[in-house]
Amino acid sequence: MQRRRFLQYGAAGVGALGLTLIVGWWRVEGPGAPEPAGQRPVSLSAMNFRLTDHEGNEVGPETLIGRPTMVFFGFTYCPDVCPTTLSDISGWLVEMGEEAEQMNVIFITVDPERDTVETMAEYVGYFHPAIRGWTGPEDEIARAAEGFRASYEKVPTEGGGYTMNHTASVFLFDGEGRFVTMIDYHEPREFAVPKVRRALTEEIEGAT
Amino acid sequence: MKKLTYTTALAALLTVAGLSVPVMAGSEDIVVEGAWSRASIGTSRPGAAYMTLRNTGDETVTLTGLATPLAMRPEVHETTTNAEGVSSMAPVGDITIAPGESVALAPGGLHAMLMKLQEPMKKGETFPLTMTFSDGGQVTVEVPILGIAARGPEG
Repeated sequence: MQRRRFLQYGAAGVGALGLTLIVGWWRVEGPGAPEPAGQRPVSLSAMNFRLTDHEGNEVGPETLIGRPTMVFFGFTYCPDVCPTTLSDISGWLVEMGEEAEQMNVIFITVDPERDTVETMAEYVGYFHPAIRGWTGPEDEIARAAEGFRASYEKVPTEGGGYTMNHTASVFLFDGEGRFVTMIDYHEPREFAVPKVRRALTEEIEGAT
Repeated sequence: MKKLTYTTALAALLTVAGLSVPVMAGSEDIVVEGAWSRASIGTSRPGAAYMTLRNTGDETVTLTGLATPLAMRPEVHETTTNAEGVSSMAPVGDITIAPGESVALAPGGLHAMLMKLQEPMKKGETFPLTMTFSDGGQVTVEVPILGIAARGPEG
């Protein structure tokens, strides 16, 4: 009998510990975690900007509502981070197969001076066909970045050229345009794909 | 006056001796592995090449410069991403590799930035990249050019 009671206490203890861990996870890393103040993008429905996609179509945040969305800021003269991120995204899309076909995948340039519609068309053509390139007037790019809480800055280089510093995170939104999460640069792929899948399923479970 | 001349001469001699005593100490022990680069669109954008430099010797070796007929200004640059997720890129200057250590030039970190391309980087081709080390030694590798969407030396 003693032993049975011990087991009962033990089981209750393990249960309590498990619950504590789950609650802790929920608050610290899980959906209950607070987002860093001021860095969280607003929902797509609260954004307002007008850009042109690489096929010449007029687009804006409303274009994205109805399907889960992945957004990345960059520029085509970027030799390292941008091709790396776009190839990572292409890899995630390949891994997800048909699921990925339900998503908007958007690459917004922070360098509209050099990245024209034609330039964007050529550049995105080298990556996964789901990736669409958006460009437009400087002030509209600025409004887009503001909505995503992304930042960018033109930096002169030796020899008269310039490069762009920019937010390299990938933003994920659910089908209703609500921000779900972001994938930081350098985040291992085994974390990235589940995050993308979360954006795909969020609308069913109900978001934030 | 005379004394000054002697001192100068002695200093010069010591400098020459200092530089020449460890003839090629180190750079012959550098092994370059997994070199690759991405194809470019035309010549107006900078290219990037990646590889691992392994120091198999017992002397510290410093990479001081790059040269290639492909680009007029090849330099080692580093991408860094800050706490706000903003990435930036800057030249890093010399790279020191301790004995037994290796330094990886890999996407999102160090890379050989190929500025002022003289011709487009075409998938399937290769180009020579010469690295100069502090002991005066040079190592030249043929860098394969992979597709624009390549993620590593395997493509």
